[in-house]
Amino acid sequence: MSEDQSNDNDIAEDQHGPQALPLDAWHRARGGRMVAFAGYHMPVQYEGIIAEHLWTRENAGLFDVSHMGQLEFSGEGVAEALEALLPGDISALKPGRLRYSLLLDENGGILDDLMITNRGGEYYMVVNGATKWDDIGHLREHLPDEITMTHLDEHALLALQGPKAAEALAKLCLEPAFPGMPKLDDLKFMQSGPFFWDGRPLGVSRSGYTGEDGFEISVRGEDVEALAEALVALDLVRPIGLGARDSLRLEAGLPLYGHDLTPETDPISADLGFAISKRRRAEGGFPGAERILALRESGAPKKRVGLALEGRMAAREGATVHLGDAEIGVVTSGGFSPSLQHPIAMAYVDAAYAGEGTALEIEARGKRLPARVVPLPFLPHRYYR
Amino acid sequence: MTRYFTEDHEWIDVEGDVGTVGITDYAQSQLGDITFVEVPAEGTEVAKGDSVSVVDSVKAASDVYTPVSGTVTAANTALADEPELVNSDAEESGWLFRVALSDTSELKSLMDRKAYDAFVAEL
Repeated sequence: MSEDQSNDNDIAEDQHGPQALPLDAWHRARGGRMVAFAGYHMPVQYEGIIAEHLWTRENAGLFDVSHMGQLEFSGEGVAEALEALLPGDISALKPGRLRYSLLLDENGGILDDLMITNRGGEYYMVVNGATKWDDIGHLREHLPDEITMTHLDEHALLALQGPKAAEALAKLCLEPAFPGMPKLDDLKFMQSGPFFWDGRPLGVSRSGYTGEDGFEISVRGEDVEALAEALVALDLVRPIGLGARDSLRLEAGLPLYGHDLTPETDPISADLGFAISKRRRAEGGFPGAERILALRESGAPKKRVGLALEGRMAAREGATVHLGDAEIGVVTSGGFSPSLQHPIAMAYVDAAYAGEGTALEIEARGKRLPARVVPLPFLPHRYYR
Repeated sequence: MTRYFTEDHEWIDVEGDVGTVGITDYAQSQLGDITFVEVPAEGTEVAKGDSVSVVDSVKAASDVYTPVSGTVTAANTALADEPELVNSDAEESGWLFRVALSDTSELKSLMDRKAYDAFVAEL
C-alpha cells in the first residue's frame, strides 16, 4: 500500500528542516499528528478529519495558523504604495475593516492571496505560510524605502471558526483595547479591532477560511498557549488540524494558494474579479492591469469552477477534465466532502463548459468519473453580517 | 491458517491455496478516515506487486498491491456501503479481496506478525 497523492509535504522545508511553532508541544500533548507543512511542524489531525470537520460546522473549531505570515506596513503614503502592488482600493478601506486581496506579478499572475486590514495608521497583512518569504522579498523590493514593513514573526495566529465561535469567544470577556474601539459583539464579517484578554493584547478580526462565522486572532507567541488552552477548555471548542481546514475551505469554495492559484493563474480565470475594486478597474495602475482588465472585458479562456462528482471516488489535483474525447480542463483541488457526503473538486475548465449544470467527466486513476458544474461555494457561507 | 505481511502494509491470510488480503491496522491509522474503497473484479488475473485496489481517505488515495500472484475469487462487497469498516476493523471484516494463489512460493518473501511489528516499530 502506498500513499501517492498526499498533500502534506508539498512545501519545501529549509535546510534546517521543519521549524517548531509556539504551540508545537501543545499540539503533541493533545494528540495532534504532526506533519511538515510550509516549513513547520503542523497538526494534520487530532481525532480524525471527518469528525473535526463536522465539529467545526456544528460547534467551534480552533485552528493554529501561526505558519502564516503576519506583516505590518506604515509610513507616509502607505495605502498608495500598497495599491501599486495589489488590485484593491486600499485607500478606501476604513479603519477596522479588512478585505481579501492579491499580490500580483507584472503579468497579472497571482503571487499570493492575502487579507489586509486597516489598523488605523498602519496596515496589517496576513499572507500564506508557504509563500511568506517570497512575498516579503517581493514587497520589500517594490515598496518605496519610506514604507516600513515589519514581519510580526513573534506573533502566533489562531482561527476560531464555526456557528458557536462567537458564543465561545464571548466567554473570554475580551475588553476593547481603547475607549471608542469596538466591542467583540460589534464586529461583523470583515471587521477587526484591538482587544485585551486578561491584560494580553489581541488583534481580532471576524473572518476565516471555513465559510462559517468566526474569528482570526493575532496573539503574542508567549500568550498563545494560554489562549488556546482557555478556548479548548470550553465545551464548544475543539482543536482542528490542517486536514479539516482543507476540506472545510474546499466546501466553502475558497481557493488554496499553490494549488488553485499560482503565478500562471490570473484573477479573472480564478473567478476572483471581486478583488479588483471598482476604482482600480477604472484607473488601473496595479501590476498586470492591462492584461487583467482586457480579460475582464473579453472573458478569460479558462474559468475556475466547482464540480460535484457522482459516486464516492474522489478526484484530486492534476486529474484531467473531459467532455467526450476532448480534454477541457484540470482539477486543482478535490476530495470527499464530509458535509455533502460525496466528492467535490475545483477545476479550471474551458469557459465554454463552465456553465452551471454542464455534465463533464474527470479522469482519475484510469476511470472516467461523471461530474457536473455546480455553483461555488458548495455549501452556503454563514458569515455574520 | 497463516497470516503474512508486506512492507507496503498489506496482510494476507492463507488457507490452502486461497489468500484473503487487506491493509493493516497501522496502515488505516495512518490514512485516517476512509471514504471509498475500490476492489478488483472477480476473475481478475493479478501479479505480485500489481496495484489492484485503491483506498481513498479524506487526505489521499492509496494503492493496495497484491502480495501474491493469482486470480481474484472474491471482493468484499460490504465496503461499497461501509468503507469505514477498513478503519474500524482493518484486519478482519475490513478485508479487501481474495486470491487463488498461482505460486505459493511467493509467500516466502513476506513477513510474519513478529517481523512486521518490528518493521512498524522502526518507522
